[in-house]
Amino acid sequence: MELKDKLISSFLAFENHVDVDSKIHDIRSEAIKTFEQEGFPTKKVEAWKYTSLNALLKTDFSVFPKQENALEFSEVKKYFLHDIDTYKIVFIDGKYSSYLSQTTHDGMDICLMSAALNKPKYRVIVENYFNKIAEKDSLSSLNTAFAKEGAYIHIPRNKMVEKPIQIIHFSTGNESALMLQPRNLIIVDENSHVQIIERHQSLTDNPVLTNSVTEIFTAKRGIVDYYKIQNDNENASLIDNTFINQKQESIASVHTFSFGGKLTRNNLNFYQNGERIDSTLKGITIIGNKQHVDHSTLVHHKQPNCESHQDYKGIFAESATGVFNGKVVVDKIAQKINAYQANNNILVDDKATINTKPQLEIFADDVKCSHGCTVGQLDDDALFYLKTRGIHEKEAKALLMYAFANNVLASVKIPELKQRINKLIANKLGVNIGFNL
Amino acid sequence: MLKIKDLHASVDDKSILKGINLEVNAGEVHAIMGPNGSGKSTLATVIAGKEDYEIEKGEIEFEGEDLHELAPEERAHKGIFLSFQYPVEIPGVSVTNFMKTAINETRKAKGLEEMPANEMLKLIREKSELLEIDRKFLSRSLNEGFSGGEKKRNEIFQMAMLEPKLAILDETDSGLDIDALRIVANGVNKLKNKDNAVIVITHYQRLLDYIVPDFVHVLYNGKIVKSGTKELAHELEEKGYDWIKEEVLQ
Repeated sequence: MELKDKLISSFLAFENHVDVDSKIHDIRSEAIKTFEQEGFPTKKVEAWKYTSLNALLKTDFSVFPKQENALEFSEVKKYFLHDIDTYKIVFIDGKYSSYLSQTTHDGMDICLMSAALNKPKYRVIVENYFNKIAEKDSLSSLNTAFAKEGAYIHIPRNKMVEKPIQIIHFSTGNESALMLQPRNLIIVDENSHVQIIERHQSLTDNPVLTNSVTEIFTAKRGIVDYYKIQNDNENASLIDNTFINQKQESIASVHTFSFGGKLTRNNLNFYQNGERIDSTLKGITIIGNKQHVDHSTLVHHKQPNCESHQDYKGIFAESATGVFNGKVVVDKIAQKINAYQANNNILVDDKATINTKPQLEIFADDVKCSHGCTVGQLDDDALFYLKTRGIHEKEAKALLMYAFANNVLASVKIPELKQRINKLIANKLGVNIGFNL
Repeated sequence: MLKIKDLHASVDDKSILKGINLEVNAGEVHAIMGPNGSGKSTLATVIAGKEDYEIEKGEIEFEGEDLHELAPEERAHKGIFLSFQYPVEIPGVSVTNFMKTAINETRKAKGLEEMPANEMLKLIREKSELLEIDRKFLSRSLNEGFSGGEKKRNEIFQMAMLEPKLAILDETDSGLDIDALRIVANGVNKLKNKDNAVIVITHYQRLLDYIVPDFVHVLYNGKIVKSGTKELAHELEEKGYDWIKEEVLQ
């Protein structure tokens, strides 16, 4: 059976396990119809011109894992940021692992989507926010249809969350091929600040396809720093759909570190619904083999006096392919906007490819928008300089690539995370350069 | 130490060095002067091993070994150092970490263990004092946002750390004010001993007041057209290069 048909028929079985009389379920039923009509996107769709799901969809993915699985912390410790205290929301094959998690209801809710969907006390909040900013495209709709589990984070006003929150999804390989559809809802009220790290990790070579949706609501003067670590193995694919709604004077940033995975598609949308908003979208992509990473971003400036900063660096080796599609929309009333966009790429080998496309739709007349894309190789003069210091070619190239990507790291605000990413970069570049990057 | 015989080199089919002869022995300081475009920097980068240049003819030996086939990093491991006129910026990598990499890469090439951290710190402290370099400077990203003078001082600091047998200083004086020039020259002089050698490439005589050469060579149109002692540098400073050009034409 085709994956599409399998998903649609699975929806009937899914309905046996959820409350079908809730408003949320009306949304799910609507969403499955959208998916049924549209199906998976093909390369004929403009937004998917350079990323094909075809090969992936031939895999016979299980939609519901049959059994619950447990993991020992020692087996998976290395995937956590474990040298500092954090909240943790951990899932194993899509099921919540209370053993590996550390949640709270003390003055804020850092817990589970399933709890938020089922408990009456959360109902009003969930109904106010759930699926309110997610796009109604086929993949987001597919996720909405099966939305049941994920992270639910609600930070009430004037609260500075003192520890970062880690959301980690493990897949154990107990299914020969597994599809996961986590759904996260994050609400940050006025004046509050939260830092979140998200990671998807497959522990075996069995294929995994994750179609994730995250909705983030940032109220007035709220601050959200979101970090995505995408360093999965080469049979794991991720379609990440993240939507951020910002109110006035809020500051939101998403850093995406894409170092591994078979196919990774990041749909990252920011909606600025207020004045004096600051949005930051940054990413480092370092991939090789036949890996594919696609960053499709949207910043929609709907109000005046706001800023957005986009800075994506890509390093592509062997037959890796990259896509950057950065769309900036400035509405007619959104005057005095500063929108920056940069996408710089290094192609290490002849067979590596990057498709980069800025897309600016500006309807206001008093705005500053800049965009720049570069595609190049490493600078020979710089390489020569490092070699004259006795540094071997491989290490010299690694240092230059690190320097190239460095300014994206500068804005990572959790020092231990920055250190971890430095290590991942050094691993990825396959070097030991005598100090920790 | 360094023997260059009838060296011809070109880049993109353009002939730049047209028969260089030069011999540098341990304990010597050589100055290479000459007008712009005469091939001074090319000579420096050819000795350091830049692959862009094609050696068409001639020999280049370092301590009896043919340098032709050696990569720049291999030449560095043998003790050749080039101070750059325009050093490269490496954001995110501190001066200290860069030196750790350079030193340990050289040790790796020689089959040695990495230098222990305390030894490294001691060396860094000693050499930074020698060049009057501030501690804070060492934690800054290599050459990023450095002034011209800071870049040059950092080049000499790297030289001090790597302790080469042959150091080639390419226009190290350009962009230096008199105080920086004195500090840089002082550093070079303190590092100088009977076992190493220095080639100073410069357009002007003023650096040679501080780093006193044993020999001065004038490079013009890809050839060394005149050699002498430090008095030659004074003569060039006074009279310019035109008389040399005329001599060559005659």
